[in-house]
Amino acid sequence: MDKFVTHTGKAVALDLANIDTDQIIPKQFLKRIERTGYGEFLFYDWRFTPGGELIEDFVLNRPESVGVSVLIAGENFGCGSSREHAPWSLLDYGFRVIIAPSFADIFYNNSLKTGLLPVRLSSDDTAILTQRANSLPDHEIRVDLEASRISDNKGFSANFEINEFRKYCLLNGLDDIGLSLQYESSISAYEQSSRQNQAFLAFSS
Amino acid sequence: MKTLFDKIWDAHIVHSEPEKPALLYVDLHLVHEVTSPQAFEGLRLAGRQVRRPNLTYATVDHAIPTKNRNLPFADPIAAKQVETLRQNCKEFGVPFFDLDRIEQGIVHVFGPEQGLTRPGMTIVCGDSHTATHGAFGSLAFGIGTSEVEHVLATQTLPQTKAKNFLINVEGELPFGVTAKDVILAIINRVGTAGGTGYVIEYGGSAIRSLSMEGRMTVCNMSIEAGARAGLIGPDESTYEYLRGRNLSPKGDDWVKAVEYWRTLPSDTGAAFDRTVAIDANELSPFVTWGTSPEMSVTISDRVPDPAAIGDDNKRRSYERALEYMGLEPDRNIESINIDRVFIGSCTNSRIEDLREAAKVVQGYKISGSVNAMVVPGSMQIKRQAEAEGLAAIFQDAGFEWRDAGCSMCLAMNDDVLADGERCASTSNRNFEGRQGRGGRTHLVSPSMAAAAAIVGHFVDIRDWKFKEI
Ligand code: SF4
Repeated sequence: MDKFVTHTGKAVALDLANIDTDQIIPKQFLKRIERTGYGEFLFYDWRFTPGGELIEDFVLNRPESVGVSVLIAGENFGCGSSREHAPWSLLDYGFRVIIAPSFADIFYNNSLKTGLLPVRLSSDDTAILTQRANSLPDHEIRVDLEASRISDNKGFSANFEINEFRKYCLLNGLDDIGLSLQYESSISAYEQSSRQNQAFLAFSS
Repeated sequence: MKTLFDKIWDAHIVHSEPEKPALLYVDLHLVHEVTSPQAFEGLRLAGRQVRRPNLTYATVDHAIPTKNRNLPFADPIAAKQVETLRQNCKEFGVPFFDLDRIEQGIVHVFGPEQGLTRPGMTIVCGDSHTATHGAFGSLAFGIGTSEVEHVLATQTLPQTKAKNFLINVEGELPFGVTAKDVILAIINRVGTAGGTGYVIEYGGSAIRSLSMEGRMTVCNMSIEAGARAGLIGPDESTYEYLRGRNLSPKGDDWVKAVEYWRTLPSDTGAAFDRTVAIDANELSPFVTWGTSPEMSVTISDRVPDPAAIGDDNKRRSYERALEYMGLEPDRNIESINIDRVFIGSCTNSRIEDLREAAKVVQGYKISGSVNAMVVPGSMQIKRQAEAEGLAAIFQDAGFEWRDAGCSMCLAMNDDVLADGERCASTSNRNFEGRQGRGGRTHLVSPSMAAAAAIVGHFVDIRDWKFKEI
């Protein structure tokens, strides 16, 4: 996973609640066996007609959205399936930060593990940033993860909450597996004692 | 005093320290073709092994065809995904229920069926409907692919503890009201984000009275209420279901296992962070009208009118949903005609679901304007339904009778709604495009779906004329 320390970028707003994982990356694109290459299928049904033509007035397809890296959305973003393809496709498209008043649990978790930063802001603050992203061509958002602070170049500034441990992992680009394997002896000890105490629970085949 | 969730949590902590997620041991890891290839690839790149292949079980369900499974797949990318899982299981020594095995089926169907799913366990799978297994009093939740890799490598997961949420459904379910209606009513009440951050425990006399199949239907859709896990305290029904299953404990071990399981239910007076009460006697069959599982009404209701909604965001989402669904406000639900019927998915594809649907279908033919199919949850269920004569009832009525898989629940294979087609579906998600781009999904119980197939539009199952033959 890439480190996340600070990020500055242009934002685009999808002002809808409950944007689900089937919208973020429709299932027909889940058949790949790689982690990469999903960006072109992001929000596919919203970006393209059934014939594969670009839908020009969809916000991501507008000329002013070229190079965006911050997505602002409505509440309960990422609800639905556990597919990590959702954060993969957002990252692959070029997003590094998603701002919303709330996120679905699995999506939130998955994002942190892929280096995509989900930022929870109040509905009011989300609305301010949405309005600015929609109307100010030179609008830019800046995230400082170390300080848990989000700001823009028009005077907005707010703190956001993030679990300290997850923050530490993101700042250092740390892989969870390596961290957990530091507890190898605890894992083995747990296995030994549960095997002894609960042998009756083994899968009998 | 502890809740069931607290007990399972405490019993699985491998390591914990303040301010950090606890490292939780995983008793059972289920694997399927769509969310695992990148995880196995990660292991290979890091030179790691699957730590406990014997606590890991894999099958194929999401992308496979449910027709003519012996032919080469029409879709080469899906074929490659299945072949990749086959090779990965071989390389890493993971038991694999391949297409030619009777155990093959939807991950959340074969686990309980084989006796792998049991009370008190921690169960994970790269699939959000893993909560299904919570019906047995286990802590079961969906994980992403990075976490799949983590569990493969370490048999543990770092987790932050969720809060306890009790949903009590007291009373007696009226005739025609099923487990599916109970969970749709719950989602309607708490909303699709109502359970975010919680593990839900379902309790009360109406839940106790459900069969294990019904309990699985309820727990299955916990994620549609925002909760990663939903569970039900184990009781005699649980033990009865598990007794004698393929991989269930046997003999002395069985006795000890049941003794242990009896210690698991939430203690009387255990504290929950949130409680909701639902009166079972008041429930009716539900139908979703929109593009989120919370957008539902009872069969005797009408499509809501967005104009009557004060909240701006909610009104906009209602308007958008109605437009997508091609429905007008105030439309009578029974007047909605349907084109397709899908009976299947990890929510409603078990033997009891098929029996319920077959009871309705018996002696009837499906409407000439409807295309309907039944997709059993596992090959074992398929064979059992054939032996019980259910398959013949469906086929005589004009239903297609398929092989086991996810099929049109997510339409990753060739079972897809065409643009504008309207479907009565026993699955769990009615998102835009879920069953095919432009497809319109209405979530209902198996008996409501079966009745809709016969008459070509929604009808109140409570008025159905059952034909005994
Ligand atoms: S049946 Fe549907 S919800 Fe269940 S595992 Fe398959 S795709 Fe997911």
